[in-house]
Amino acid sequence: MNPEKVIFGFFIVLALTLNFGFFVGELDNPEHHHVYELFAVVVVNLIATVLKFGDRTQMGAVLLATSLVAVLQLFAAALVWAVAVHISETGLTPAVTASIVSLTGGAMLANVISVVLLVIETVMLRR
Amino acid sequence: MDNIVFLIFRRMRTPLITIVVAYSVAVLGLVLIPGRDALGNVWYMDFFHAFYFVSFMSTTIGFGEIPYEFSDAQRLWVIVCVYATVVAWIYSIGTLISLLQDPTFQQAVNEGRFARRIDRLREGFYLVCGYGETGSALIEALTERDQHAVVIDIDQQRIHLLQMENLRQYVPGLCADASRPLHMIEAGLKHPRCAGVVALTNVNEVNLHIAITSKLLHPELKVICRADSADIEANMASFGTDYIIDPFDTFAVHVATAMQAPCVYLLQQWLTGLSHARLPEPLYPPKDGHWVLCGYGRFGKALFERLIDEGLETVIVEADPDRTGAPEHCVVGPGTEAVTLQQAHIEDAVGLVAGTDDDVNNLSIIMTARELNPKLFVILRQNLQTNDPIAEAVDADMVMHPSSIIANRIRVLLATPLLAEFLQLALYEDDEWARLLISRIVGLVSEEVPHIWEVEIDERLAHAVVVALELGQTVHLSDLLTDPRERTRELPTIALMLTRPGHRTLMPDETTRLAKGDRLLFCGRYSAQSRMEWSLQNEIALTYIRTGGSAPQGALWRRLYKRWLRGRNAGTVS
Repeated sequence: MNPEKVIFGFFIVLALTLNFGFFVGELDNPEHHHVYELFAVVVVNLIATVLKFGDRTQMGAVLLATSLVAVLQLFAAALVWAVAVHISETGLTPAVTASIVSLTGGAMLANVISVVLLVIETVMLRR
Repeated sequence: MDNIVFLIFRRMRTPLITIVVAYSVAVLGLVLIPGRDALGNVWYMDFFHAFYFVSFMSTTIGFGEIPYEFSDAQRLWVIVCVYATVVAWIYSIGTLISLLQDPTFQQAVNEGRFARRIDRLREGFYLVCGYGETGSALIEALTERDQHAVVIDIDQQRIHLLQMENLRQYVPGLCADASRPLHMIEAGLKHPRCAGVVALTNVNEVNLHIAITSKLLHPELKVICRADSADIEANMASFGTDYIIDPFDTFAVHVATAMQAPCVYLLQQWLTGLSHARLPEPLYPPKDGHWVLCGYGRFGKALFERLIDEGLETVIVEADPDRTGAPEHCVVGPGTEAVTLQQAHIEDAVGLVAGTDDDVNNLSIIMTARELNPKLFVILRQNLQTNDPIAEAVDADMVMHPSSIIANRIRVLLATPLLAEFLQLALYEDDEWARLLISRIVGLVSEEVPHIWEVEIDERLAHAVVVALELGQTVHLSDLLTDPRERTRELPTIALMLTRPGHRTLMPDETTRLAKGDRLLFCGRYSAQSRMEWSLQNEIALTYIRTGGSAPQGALWRRLYKRWLRGRNAGTVS
């Protein structure tokens, strides 16, 4: 067992699960989507991205790309949240909540691809 | 280049993760710890403000406590955060800087830069392996003739020297082991513009390695190698190395040529001299007496064979006859003492060869011998270039300096290949032929060695001639030898050789009709080459030389004139 692989897999899966946790619930209901969870998703995704740095294989490159997509989507979601709550002071209206959650939905899709790739790589390794 | 990016990313993983973690813990702490606003109500910092605060706290420490003054609990947490984030930053920046200074990283950057530079080369170049004495002399000679070169050397110090050198062309240099094929490829071995590989390292095996690598990876390449031993030489020749140069043998041939045909030797010296060098004096190695040869090493052996072939009686002086395998009747001794030289009958000798591998001993031999017999013809073997001043001061008749001999030979081969062919053919001519040519050259140039240049009759180098030939006109060799400013005068130049596919003519006749694809070798004054360029490239100048008049200049007249010419030629053919 390679401890590096454990940590790698752990963060990639954690990025997906946390993302899913934030995403589930009614799309436009702010009660169902807690900001702490969004914070955790952003941090874990950042760590997962950095962990994917410096891998020269094709698989590594695609994994890094998916992570970059996820981080981009999550940054957009965090920005929408910051603008709505602090700058324009509109607060978390259903419309704003819906857009934040759908952005993280996109990030989740990228994370799903990431995990699928990880699983495929593992299966290939078994052979 | 890819390597470098990946290297940075891989090494930066831990520092970056440290920063992410430190930031997120600090932000989370600030969000969770309760504070009080201006009215004393409990408030919680939100993520937006927490991230804002942590961002400037970790980099600048102290913008004030916003949006409300902090509670003591918050301050306690901020103290922890300040140290944690600042340390994380220092750690990351430190890693990045040490990465930039890392020798592996530096090497990767240099190699990447070098490889890109080679890729961008758009002109033919020679790959020179080894930038020692020979290499630097060769590079200087090549750049002097506007040829391009790339250098590989294993010693970083020498690459620095190359960069300091004030050369006319930019010469990229890489510090790497040339016996590793990867580095040869980086230096452009497979580059379509690579014209040849020159292996000049001081290790025979490395030269062999370079030769075989080049022949396998780029078979049509010209490969020139230095070899100091017969085994290696035979090995190199076995897989088709184009030129193998043994400095000792080359010099021994020079001595033999000078004895058999002094004028041919002088001609060689004049034509291969460095540009602007003074004309060397003729040499007449004496043959009416015996020679003393000190040092029976690689050099001594090569020279001994030639002297014996010339029918000269030669006495060998050798300090260690068993190790070097000297003949039994040799004089045992270092040769630096009068006693040993007297045993070799230096008083009656006509020539002396100071051929040991130690410069100081060689000079000492010459000084001692001259005291005993001032009229000696002296051949000095100089091993190190740094001894130039003392070697010059001793004023030997011939100096054998391995590096310059190899460099000179390779320079002729690479820079003026036609001249190399010419000299090869000249060896078959008799001394009288060479004497005539020498007297003609003296008539052209008074003090400096003649300038040598090659001309190929093709669209690029001889536009006017090609155009004239395509119009069916005849251009004679004498047309090129005419001054384009005044057609009754001749240029100060001599046509040495004319080559056509499968056919070579020494000293071609002036009435020779030129054809497309001809290659010509000229020697003469510097000014003659630029004048000749006019006749080669400028249609008006060539027409003037050929007819004495000028062809129509305007577009309409020129077309009519060409049509008229064609019509006339067609008429004469039918």
